[in-house]
Formats: sequence, C-alpha cells, structure tokens
Amino acid sequence: MNIYGWVQLGVFLGVLAALTKPVGLYLVRVLDPRAKTFLDSVLKPVEEGIYQLCGVDSRHEQNWKQYALSLGMFSVVGMLLTYAILRLQYYLPLNPQHFAGMSPDLAFNTAASFTTNTNWQNYGGESTLSYFSQMVGLTFHNFVSAAAGIAIAAALVRGVARSTAVTVGNFWSDIVRVTLYLLGPICIVYAVFLVSQGVVENFGAYTKVTPLKLLGGEQEGAATQVIPQGPIASQEAIKMLGTNGGGFTGANSSHPFENPTPLSNFIEILSIFLIPSGLTYYLGRMVNNQRHGWTVWLAMTTLFLLGLLVCWYSESSGNPRITAAGVAATGNLEGKEARFGVFGSALFATVTTDASCGAVNSMHDSFTPLGGLVPLLNIQLGEVIFGGVGAGLYGVLIFVILTVFLAGLMVGRTPEYLGKKIESYDVKLAVLYVLAGVLSILGFAAWASVSDWGVSGLGNRGPHGLSEILYAFSSTTGNNGSAFAGLSGNTSMYNTTLAIAMLAGRFLMIVPVLALAGSLARKKQIAPGRGSFPVTGFTFGILLVGTILIVGALTFFPALALGPIVEHFIMHTPVAY
Amino acid sequence: MQTFLKELRSALAMTVALGVIVCGVYPILVYTMGQAFFPGKANGSIIYHNGTAVGSSLLGQAFNGPRYFHPRPSAGGYDGTASGGTNLGPTSKDLIEKVQERVERYRETNSLAAGELVPADAATASASGLDPHISVENAILQAPRVAKARGWDTNGVIAVIQQHTEGRTLGLLGEPRVNVLLVNLALDEKEKTGK
Repeated sequence: MNIYGWVQLGVFLGVLAALTKPVGLYLVRVLDPRAKTFLDSVLKPVEEGIYQLCGVDSRHEQNWKQYALSLGMFSVVGMLLTYAILRLQYYLPLNPQHFAGMSPDLAFNTAASFTTNTNWQNYGGESTLSYFSQMVGLTFHNFVSAAAGIAIAAALVRGVARSTAVTVGNFWSDIVRVTLYLLGPICIVYAVFLVSQGVVENFGAYTKVTPLKLLGGEQEGAATQVIPQGPIASQEAIKMLGTNGGGFTGANSSHPFENPTPLSNFIEILSIFLIPSGLTYYLGRMVNNQRHGWTVWLAMTTLFLLGLLVCWYSESSGNPRITAAGVAATGNLEGKEARFGVFGSALFATVTTDASCGAVNSMHDSFTPLGGLVPLLNIQLGEVIFGGVGAGLYGVLIFVILTVFLAGLMVGRTPEYLGKKIESYDVKLAVLYVLAGVLSILGFAAWASVSDWGVSGLGNRGPHGLSEILYAFSSTTGNNGSAFAGLSGNTSMYNTTLAIAMLAGRFLMIVPVLALAGSLARKKQIAPGRGSFPVTGFTFGILLVGTILIVGALTFFPALALGPIVEHFIMHTPVAY
Repeated sequence: MQTFLKELRSALAMTVALGVIVCGVYPILVYTMGQAFFPGKANGSIIYHNGTAVGSSLLGQAFNGPRYFHPRPSAGGYDGTASGGTNLGPTSKDLIEKVQERVERYRETNSLAAGELVPADAATASASGLDPHISVENAILQAPRVAKARGWDTNGVIAVIQQHTEGRTLGLLGEPRVNVLLVNLALDEKEKTGK
C-alpha cells in the first residue's frame, strides 16, 4: 500500500465528488421532459421525430403499471432481436471473420445477459461474435438497458417527491431523453478519448503480422500473430458509462485494446461511478433535501472505502505460497496487468462490483481469498454502493426505507420517509426486493454446488470452487457480469440457470420498485414534525450503512465462511488443491 | 388488448429508432473521428520493421531466445484471439507448481544465484494474456543475458531499457514498466545501424 496508491485514491474521490453536482443538475434537466438543455438545438427535433414515429405522447404520464408494461414490452422486443441476431450472425453483414451463429442456449444466455444490463460473458468476444452482433445485438442493450435503469430510478424518485399523484412519468420519454441527451453525447467524446489512448475503432478484418522474433532468427512458436480489430472504442465507452461491463474481448478491460494506458484505466473507473454518483445529487434536488442526497453519497463512499482498503491490503500482502517459491513480495500479480499494478487493479475490482458494471481489468478468480471476497460481497450487498446506473439509486432507496422502518420500530413511531408514511405494503415490497435476490443467489448456488452439472464446470477445487459458483450466481442475479472466470459457464445447464438468475435479478426486482413508486406517489406529503426521523446527518448515515451491512452479512456469512474465509486460512498452510 | 398492441407497436418502433442512433450514427461518428484524428491508434497501433508489420505496440508477443527480452507468462501463449488469464485461485496446486517452475527457469535462463528473488511479474501470468509490459526490475535482471547473446556491453542494453521505460502517467497513475516488443525492436535496430 504505497504512497502512489493513496494519492491516486485521493484524486479519484476528489474528482468524483467534484463531478457529482454538475452531473446531478444535468440529470434533473434530462429527466424533466419540459426542461431545456444546451443540446436542444441539435437534439430536440430528433427527440420529437422519435415520438412521432413511435406514436408516443411524451406529455402523457403513466401510472406505475403502464410504466412497467412499457418497460416489459420494450425488454421483450429487444431480447428477441438480440437472440435472433446472435443465432443468425453468419448470414448478417459485418462478419469479416465468418463466425458461425451461436448455439440456442448460449444465445439465450447472452440475450438475457445484455437485456438485463448484466453482460455476463459465456462467450469469447473476439473469437465468437461478428462486428454486427457486437454493435447491434449487444451495444444496443448497453445503451437502452442503462437508460431503462435510470428511468426506473427517476420513477421511484418522482414517487417520493410527489404528493397524492397517480403517475410516475413516461417510460418512453425517459429512455429517449437519457439516451439522446446524456449517454450519447458523453459516449462520443469518451470514445474518441479512448481511441487517442490506443483503443481500436474500425470495421476491418483481423490483421496478421509476422512476429519480430522470426525476423531475428528465432524459429520456435507460431509463424503469425493475429491482431484483433473492430469497433471497440464505441462499445467500450458505453460499456463503462452505462455500467454494463460486457467486453468486446474475452479479457475485457484488461485487454490492451480495451484499456491501453493507466490514464484510460483511471477514466474507465471514474466513468463507472459518474452517473450513479450524480443520481444521489438528483435525488436530493428532486426531494428538496440536498443534505439527504449527500448523506446517501457519504454512506456509499464509506462502504466503498471499507471494501477498497480490504481488497488493496490483501492484494498488496500477496500470496505467501508464491513468495515462498522465491518470488519478490511485491503483491499478488497473478491475473493482473503490469501497467495497472496492484492498486489500479484493486480499485477497478472494487468499483466495478460496488456498481453493477462487471467489467474487469484483472482476473478476480486469481485474487487472494480476502481480496476476492470484496467484489463478491459488494455484489451480495445489492450493488448499492453507488451501484449500477439507476439500479444503484433504487437499490439504496429500498435500504433507506428499511432503515427508517427499523428506526421507527426502535422508537415506536410510524416510520416516515421525507413526509411519506411508510406502511406495511411498502415494507413488504422492500422486503420482496431483497428476498428475490437472496433466493436466486443462494438457491441456484446451493443447487449447482451439489449437482454434477454444477461441479463439473469448476476451474478450481476446494473452497475456491464454492466461491466460483457463489460468485457466478451472485454476479448474474445482481446483474453485475464479472466472474470468477475459471468456471466454465458455457454448458446448457449453466447457460440456462444463469440466464434465469439474470432475468429474475432484473425483473423480479424492478416490479416491486415500480409498485413502490406508485404507492409512494399516491400518499399525501405531510410536513415533518418533531417526531420525524431525520434522513440526513451522521446518525442516519450510520444506520443506513449498518442496515446494508447487517442484511448482507446475516444472509451470506455462512456461505462466505465456507468459501473465501476458510480459503484465507488454508492459504497459510501447506494444503493445496 | 388494445393497449397491449399499442405498446407493442411503440416498443418495435422505439427499438428501430434508438437502434439506428446508437448502433448506426454513434459508431460511425466515432469511427470517422477516430480515423481522422488517430488513424494509427484506431487501427491497432501496428508497428513495422523494414517494411514488415511485426506486431502491435499494445500487444505482447512471445520471445524465447537469449537475444531478446522475455515477456510475462501468458495463459493463451500470446495468441491475439484468445485473450484471458489462467484464472487459477490462490490455493491452486497448479498455480503453485507453475510458479515454482517459472522461478527455476528464470534463474537458470538469466544465470541468477540459487536463492535470488524473481520479480513477481516474471513468475505470474497476466490478466489479458497479452500484457505488453514487464517491470523495470525484470528487464534489468534480463539485461546481462541479452548483452552476452548479442556480444554487447551490459550498459548498452541498460541504456536501451532506460530509453523505453514508461513512468507513471502524470507521475501518479499506473506502474513504471518496459514494453517488451518495443525494446526488442530497438535492440535489433540499434544492432543493424551499428548504434
């Protein structure tokens, strides 16, 4: 844990904090169809044109059920489209490597993966997918699933902010505006920056080169090296900004063509947190309580720092088994890139799992046990530490509601949140949200770990094998998409169960959120009285952090004890698997 | 039913409309600007030696002989289309044995003393399997072997390493490192032009 790491961490937090307010203020404008933005002169005609083409009246607001129906319909259409493209890619354009169509179960898994903003990769991108599949089949969802996440968060915030209202916004207008005014413009600038760092952007066939050593007289090894090409930069930008995480290549953001320099690494990490962080400011602004927004931001930052420090410390301490073999004790570099080093990898791993991004610049499977525990636990806590775009905010609001409920129980008063009484129906929805995730993770992981189909896919034995299974179902249910990638997930059983976990983790959680939005919107706003529990300040922050940690720890501690925790102790003995 | 159909129609039209923008207009804009401003980088940072394309300055390559610096171990053997790591966990027997083997081979190849510590990046596989860099310590330890094979003075090789050492970006981000392909190319060119 050297000084360079500490300074990088300071710079990272400073930049993130400084960007939170401007991004939040811009979000307020983007998510209000009547507000003006500085891009109106170019984009307003496009926006209106889309509404006309789609038969959408953007001024007509929807109640929560209509909102959910639009979202569901849009997701089904998008998922079927991607499934069809992946199956038929051989017959479609932009396939210079002539890749064949995907198998049905892998195509189902991949379509579910991208529709749900998960981007779990059971395929190797550069060896399986045509440029058309990448650009249209996958990048389409990178944009719209991110936009949908932000839309749902906005619907929930409107529910909190409005008094005795029926509607929560218009889904179509929300996704169009988020895509056009927020994601698109940032991505254009961002992608060109990535090209400037070395990320490729072209439609040519892969380049064959003659390795230098052959010219120098060495005979051993392959006579050519194939350099992959493709429209990588345009996909990379939205993959990070939209907290999607599905890489163009199998190695994801560790691949030098996706993440070539330490500067691109820093910006990629920052871009994961950019919108989720801005959304906390949006929350404060919309509910007229900016301190509440900042309290949530600080609670998230606290949890982020806790995880990062454990991960960084553990990776810096390294693996005693490796140092015993005569290797310099400069931290665990297995599965890490030399240009990023231990800190650049630990920061990326923590951030990508705090959020539901799931891009990786190092192989989490090869982390030390406690270093790997952090990403796993981050996902299991519900990805509410900044979280996915939109998903992080609505996730943390579920925990806010549980927190005021618990606080209400402790002092014996009816819990209320920003002037809204939290009643039994609301708490049931919040618990439903939490339980849906838990059941999917633990249920599927338990099934896989006692079944032949589950165990035969393992890349590592011993407790680490359990960690691989647990990570797979946590990541898919949490719509994260990173992996302990030693697990061979490309089998029909894994493809199917992981796809179901992804769909459950997205849609079984979105419906309670939208129902909650509808329920809160209907309630009358009451002025805060002397007995109201404040949702700002130190006490509330600690309670929120405590609730998130306790719910997560109570649920997952037994499983974690059998996986990474016991492995940590085994690592210090001579036992190996 | 009527709302259902109306929503379906909106969903289909919206998929087409947004699809054209984010899958058509957006990548074409990025492509055009990338090709205009950074043509070399947008096409894979390909480098040439005597007119032959010999690699990408961003992707590592396998080197085994004594005249060249050796890259880090790679899970995919520096195959450009099979990126990825070993994904071996910290208590994996396979990992521990591989590391022991690499340490022995590294000491032997570079004539190190029996107990001398081997740099961590030389004993462990990278994440991408295409890591173009090694640590500066790793390069310095290989320098005497490369110098001997080429009949050079070790200081001459170290000078080439120093020319090709990339520091932390802005003095802060990332780790100091040496690009193996570029440093090997520089050695060959220096040899050809007689310094």
